[in-house]
Amino acid sequence: MLTRIIARYTRPYTVGVICVIVLQLVATLAALYLPSLNAQIIDRGVSRGDTDVIWSIGGVMLLICLVQAAAAICAVYFGSRVSMSLGRDLRRDVFARVSGFSATQLGRFGAPTLITRGTNDVQQVQILTLMLLNMMVSTPIMCIGGIVMALREDVGLSWLVWVSVAVLGVVVGLLVSLLIPLFRTMQERIDGINGILREQLIGVRVIRAFVRERYERARFADANTSLTGVSVRVGNVFVLMFPIIMMILHLATAAVLWFGAHRIDTGEMQVGALTAFLQYLLQILVAVMMATFMAMMVPRAVVSAERVSEVLAVGTDVTSEGTGVDVPVRGRLEFHDVVFGYTGAEKPVVQGVSFTAEPGTTTAIIGSTGAGKSTLLKLADRLYAPDSGRILLDGAPLEAYTREQLASRIGYVPQRPYLFSGTVASNLRFGAADADDDRLWAALRVAQADDFVSAMPEGVDGPISQGGTNVSGGQRQRLSIARALVVEPAVYLFDDSFSALDVATDARLRSALVPVTRSAAVIIVAQRISTIRGADQIIVVDDGQVVGRGTHEELLESNATYREIHTSQLSAEEVA
Amino acid sequence: MADQTTAPDQSEPTPAADPMMGSEAPAGKAAHFWPSAKRLVGLLAPHRLGMTVVIGFVVLSVVLSVLAPKVLGWAMDVIFNGVVSLSLPQGQTTQETVAQLRAEGNTDMADMIARLDIVPGQGIDFVELSRLIFLVLGMYLVSSMFMWAQGFVLNRLVMRVVYQLRRDVEDKLNRLPLSYMDRRQRGDLLSRVTNDVDNIQNALQQAFAQLVQAALTVIGIAVMMFIVSWQLALIALVALPLSAVVAGVIGTRSQKLFAAQWKNTGELNSHIEESFTGHELVTAFGREQDMLQEFDARNGRLFRASFGAQFVSGMIMPAMQFVSYLSYVGIAVAGGLRVASGGMTLGDATAFIQYSREFTQPLSEIAGVANMLQSGVASAERTFELLDAEEQTADEDSGSLPEPTRGAVRFEDVAFSYVEDEPLIEGLSLSVEAGSTVAIVGPTGAGKTTLVNLIMRFYDVDSGRILIDGVDINTVPRAELRSRIGMVLQDTWLFDGTIRENIRYGRLEATDDEVVAAATATFVDRFVRQLPDGYDTVLDDDGGAVSAGEKQLITIARAFLARPSVLILDEATSSVDTRTELLVQKAMAALRNDRTSFVIAHRLSTIRDADTILVMEAGRIVEQGTHEELLARAGAYDRLYRSQFAGASTTDDES
Repeated sequence: MLTRIIARYTRPYTVGVICVIVLQLVATLAALYLPSLNAQIIDRGVSRGDTDVIWSIGGVMLLICLVQAAAAICAVYFGSRVSMSLGRDLRRDVFARVSGFSATQLGRFGAPTLITRGTNDVQQVQILTLMLLNMMVSTPIMCIGGIVMALREDVGLSWLVWVSVAVLGVVVGLLVSLLIPLFRTMQERIDGINGILREQLIGVRVIRAFVRERYERARFADANTSLTGVSVRVGNVFVLMFPIIMMILHLATAAVLWFGAHRIDTGEMQVGALTAFLQYLLQILVAVMMATFMAMMVPRAVVSAERVSEVLAVGTDVTSEGTGVDVPVRGRLEFHDVVFGYTGAEKPVVQGVSFTAEPGTTTAIIGSTGAGKSTLLKLADRLYAPDSGRILLDGAPLEAYTREQLASRIGYVPQRPYLFSGTVASNLRFGAADADDDRLWAALRVAQADDFVSAMPEGVDGPISQGGTNVSGGQRQRLSIARALVVEPAVYLFDDSFSALDVATDARLRSALVPVTRSAAVIIVAQRISTIRGADQIIVVDDGQVVGRGTHEELLESNATYREIHTSQLSAEEVA
Repeated sequence: MADQTTAPDQSEPTPAADPMMGSEAPAGKAAHFWPSAKRLVGLLAPHRLGMTVVIGFVVLSVVLSVLAPKVLGWAMDVIFNGVVSLSLPQGQTTQETVAQLRAEGNTDMADMIARLDIVPGQGIDFVELSRLIFLVLGMYLVSSMFMWAQGFVLNRLVMRVVYQLRRDVEDKLNRLPLSYMDRRQRGDLLSRVTNDVDNIQNALQQAFAQLVQAALTVIGIAVMMFIVSWQLALIALVALPLSAVVAGVIGTRSQKLFAAQWKNTGELNSHIEESFTGHELVTAFGREQDMLQEFDARNGRLFRASFGAQFVSGMIMPAMQFVSYLSYVGIAVAGGLRVASGGMTLGDATAFIQYSREFTQPLSEIAGVANMLQSGVASAERTFELLDAEEQTADEDSGSLPEPTRGAVRFEDVAFSYVEDEPLIEGLSLSVEAGSTVAIVGPTGAGKTTLVNLIMRFYDVDSGRILIDGVDINTVPRAELRSRIGMVLQDTWLFDGTIRENIRYGRLEATDDEVVAAATATFVDRFVRQLPDGYDTVLDDDGGAVSAGEKQLITIARAFLARPSVLILDEATSSVDTRTELLVQKAMAALRNDRTSFVIAHRLSTIRDADTILVMEAGRIVEQGTHEELLARAGAYDRLYRSQFAGASTTDDES
């Protein structure tokens, strides 16, 4: 998975990758040439006492150094460029992919892990690519080059090279195989710490109210201990690595000295060749060591690559972009035998629902908790895709619309109001970027939000913090309603959208809505009968099925469930 | 988390979150570098003994590994001497050979041999060579063991420090006042405990050890070079200021770029976080393209910054290597000249070349580590800032609530404001008899939830007193106070766990039967039995299994199980359908029976039978009485009540 991602995302930057390879080839060959020149200084200069040779070879060495530095720096330039581009492209693809998710798909992962996958995990892959480009190219060259050069000096000692490289390879392989499972565990435990802390921050009021600080502390301590435990184990492997590799290196050096001395003694080898051979061996082993350090990074990047690919591999479902339709805007919404179930649920939450909402009418949906009311509205706005059945908007299938077309025809007010960080105006223009200030104020007036917005020193340019935490729950809900009003859609979807409003504001808002929504189809999910009594059509939902439809009077007459709901609220109203 | 895409439980406004607090990633630039660095090192102070052991091991390891090349040099000499001796006629003494060479006019060679301790014609002394090789191997072995030992000990020390740091921060979060939490962005606080502490771990674990080791190695090798040849040592030392200049120039530049990289990472992260959190709305309002455009802009900025940072910091290695090669060439040439002139032995020259390479390597290590340290210190600063934040006032324990608590609540001239100079509640007095039910109604922003915040001591009063059973709640430890109060909020908070675990949260020692009893009383049992996994159903982000109203019921069951003396219901049934609500209310009535209850509700029908109804406006109680009394008064409550049932229109949702 890791290699596939890296291969796919470096393809657009093939030229850069080739530059890195060529430049590092130059830099590496230059570096490899230096010990050979050093040997020449000893053999041709020092041992013959020829100072001229020493000077001239020294000059060549200097030149090689310059070439080496220039090539290496250019290689770093291209390497950084390619790997950072890969990170940028990968991040973008993850973001774009998730943006196109349906609510089901998003819910399956959960927002927090998607955020991590879009940033941290991409970062891991990006860092590994950078290291790959900076080292993986030069390391084999260094290694192979070193071997070739060393063998050129004296073939008689070549077996030492093979033995030490093999021993290093085995040791590194062993350590890496120890590390892979440890890193997996570590990653999971970091997730654990994150999860617990996030819960504690969100639920701080409940935790303090129930005096569960000690319980939470113990929960955190558990996660902390297990993360620390695995980190210590990872650390223990890491601290072993360096001394062991160094020891192998020094053993190899000693062996070269010992066996080289014998060959020199028998006249098969020169002293200069021995020195050079030692240096080449060192170079080979350093290269192997570098590869080792990178090998240590691989397990983590492998896990991250898997997590990223999981996101990228998710296919589009019907909630994604449609091809577009060309039908006049009227505001007629039809459900035909719609069935929908959440993944993993035993039975569908919506079972064969059919109804039609005509423009200029109000349709109310009422039913018990968990009956599937909110799900119906989400289906109507294509936030979920039905498992079977059809939903038509103005005669065209819902899935044929582009997102822009849907957004301009449907105004959705969710159960939980959420505002984006920015200003009041930026939130109100969320669905209609070109709306002028007059339109904003008109929407604010209807939503009963003009008083507190005009009380802000900056008016519609007043700041809103993320989620809308700097305004009260009721104000948040009113801004959320105003946001949908600014769109001036043909269909309004209100999902229990007035729950945080006090009674008086609620009443004013409801009557202000009437003229604005006169030509639109309004669909309201509600809890109370008294307020939807005047609806043109009331749909009673129970357990995912339509168990009654009609006006208030008709339903009172004919529908047992409706009557039951009505009776439950009657006691309150009798007093009124 | 089971739900929660929105803010913490609250419906009163709190001061706007400080946008400067939004950064997600560790900052790259530390404003107070040295004080924070000092404090970071100070974290290791409790482990002074361990650190002494670590430094001792590092010193021993470095000393041995610095001495070893000298011994290797001797071994080279043995080989070289042997070679030279072979080229000389056997049987001669050294003096005879030198004299002979001088006679032949080969004075250079003669000088060189004169300095060597060789027996002409003898060949390489393998006994001596093997002795030296074993010596050097022994030295390296011991050095490696010390290196391992220090790493092993340091790893444990650092992990203990990091564990402690995470625990301290988590403890701190428990002691911070809610006002602090309400003003910060969740992601930022999270980031300080995870990203920043991780970053500190890296800095302590890798940078610290490498720095000590590299610094010691530089000193050790410098000393050895001077012992072998002070002339060549001077040449090698030229690399030192040169390296410093290179590291300084590149380092300051890369520090700025890294700071930009972290800043842009934070900005990108907050955009991603916000887009995904508000995903439903982005989809519903067709904003994917706009969001992607903004993403691209921020992603592009991050790319430019991180590319710059990687390129500039990546230059350190080749640049330092260049410096190292320069001194290598210088030493090769100078050493060659000196050996040729008989100024030093070949073995010494070889050793020296090795030293010079080892000398510059730790220098480039130090340069590389500097970046990590800078980043680590910046993270430490953010973490320290959190640890230094002002805590809620310390618990007093001069007072104690009677056992059992009856639940009589008195407000005496209470004043409170979230923001200084913007008083929300002033001169509020109120007396609630034990066992009575008090309903609080009024427009949003009137201060209803604030009253709850004050009784729970989520916030402390600015002046005045709140008494429970005659005891000032400010004199009672918070835990004791809160253990007598049960609370159900409008925004449901459930943690990632089974339904059973979530209900049991109300009273940890409750038996399974008690959990089911509480669930049955609050109508949780009814829908739980329909779930495939029943009470073991895990509540998570996938919103399908349990609806918003059902989650609310679970929070009610949780409070039910807790059996508190005072019960607070803040819009506790707003998402529940009325039939269920009615049933729950009956259950709640049983629960409320012998305890004081505060009920906040927008639906006046639900609070009709309260003993006292408080009507709040702009932080003051404007009316107080029973339902009938207030209706008879024809004041604010009457208006509210009328508007609720009179204003029915076709777009109504609820009353």
